[in-house]
Amino acid sequence: MNTRLERWSPWLLVLAIVLLWQAICSALSVSEFIFPSPWRIAQQLVEFKGTIAMHAWRTFWVTMAGFGIAIVVGVLLGLLVGSSRLAYAAVYPVMTAFNALPKAAFVPLLVVWFGIGAGPAILTAFLISFFPIMVNMATGLATLEPELEDVLRVLGATRMDVLRKIGLPRSLPYFYASLKVAITLAFVGTTVSEMTAANEGIGYLLVSAGSAMQMGLAFAGLVVIGAMAMVMYALFDGIERHTTSWAHRGN
Amino acid sequence: MSGRQDHAPFVEFQDVWLAYNEALQAQGKFAVEAIDLRLRRGEFAAIVGPSGCGKSTFMKLATGLRRATRGQVLVDGQVLNGPLKISGMAFQAPSLLPWRTTLDNVLLPLEIVEPYRSQFRQRRPEYEARAIELLAAVGLRGYERNYPWQLSGGMQQRASICRALIHEPQLLLLDEPFGALDAFTREELWCILRDLWQARRFNVILVTHDLRESVFLADTVYVMSAGPGRIVLRSDIQQPRPRDLETTYSREFIDAVHELRSHIGAVRPRTPQEVAA
Repeated sequence: MNTRLERWSPWLLVLAIVLLWQAICSALSVSEFIFPSPWRIAQQLVEFKGTIAMHAWRTFWVTMAGFGIAIVVGVLLGLLVGSSRLAYAAVYPVMTAFNALPKAAFVPLLVVWFGIGAGPAILTAFLISFFPIMVNMATGLATLEPELEDVLRVLGATRMDVLRKIGLPRSLPYFYASLKVAITLAFVGTTVSEMTAANEGIGYLLVSAGSAMQMGLAFAGLVVIGAMAMVMYALFDGIERHTTSWAHRGN
Repeated sequence: MSGRQDHAPFVEFQDVWLAYNEALQAQGKFAVEAIDLRLRRGEFAAIVGPSGCGKSTFMKLATGLRRATRGQVLVDGQVLNGPLKISGMAFQAPSLLPWRTTLDNVLLPLEIVEPYRSQFRQRRPEYEARAIELLAAVGLRGYERNYPWQLSGGMQQRASICRALIHEPQLLLLDEPFGALDAFTREELWCILRDLWQARRFNVILVTHDLRESVFLADTVYVMSAGPGRIVLRSDIQQPRPRDLETTYSREFIDAVHELRSHIGAVRPRTPQEVAA
């Protein structure tokens, strides 16, 4: 009974918020041009489903492209930083400084280099999401217990053996945790970039709907992007539970 | 004691000194000093001493994980230049990999050490049978598919000893392997180790601070002193074999333990600098 309640609790919470939102909008008769009610958003979602689906697909594949690059670069940098003390000392401070820069500030520069379109959006998604992947991979490798390493080293194992047999499997839970953070960040990066540097995508839809005072449509775009991020999060959560159950044995 | 007339030593330390870095060497601070010993083939040796006396340093030298600053270590007539593939090691912590089943943990050395490594895929069923047999010998039959975190501490340590033995090493190095276990489990594992050794006659170097353990298991006990880490006594244990737990209550056994104890100085608190060294 309790576990069933637990499983449905997020949906119940969403339902409660939607009902409260609708109640406030209806009771105070808020103008749909200022703050649309859930009912109005739903209507707009159905009315413009073709347009929204087109923009959503664009945002989805652009985000996945940027996220894919982020995984490759993040894992490679994480391996480098995590397995060498020198690389850790050299790379980590620079990367932290880089991560502190607002990624939205890169968009105008990327437009100069790559023009309006998918290029800046893919790169913004990449820039904003590779850092957590790198940090988590590096942490997973750098916190390896020396005894575990000695078990293999006494047998004459090479560094590659230690990485393959111990380093990588042990880092997997850290890697999956980072994917869940990175995928949501990647959607943020894509949307931010599309708002100023694209003629397609949910980000573009938000700006154009906003300037046309179609608040219902703009909110519908937000709902769709939230839903896409949730689905991807759930996917990685499922993969994580499946492949690294040994790290979650408390549950 | 081993009954063999093989007088060429299997493990030989020739006046071995080790400083962990050059600064410490310049100050004349050595973790172990003037270690000189010879172990026969098939001998069970124990190194005892207070904590921080350099027992673990000794172990790193014997495995080849550390190289001597002065002197040299020979195993089977060869000067040690790096980790030896003919040795197996178990530590105080079982250090099993939580993502592998007990069986896969035990098989791990075969994935690293030649000639098993290159044949691992083809001969996996044979190797698994061997691991299952070894696990059965230490009382872990039926736990092969369990994960380490599903086992008790004592069971994990047994699996860890199996992992150290699966590639049939000629030299088994045990660094306080029973230190974290309760007294009854510890005595049970003494007997398991005794039986494995009686059956296979590999060399054992057991590092421990438990004097009863050393007298019960070993042919020869070396006593180390702390700061400087030196061997102050070599003692041949005269207890007849096979030994059972009852002998640990005999007069001779208690006298032997008492004798060893008298050579271990009063344990004084050490300064942080000494501990760091």
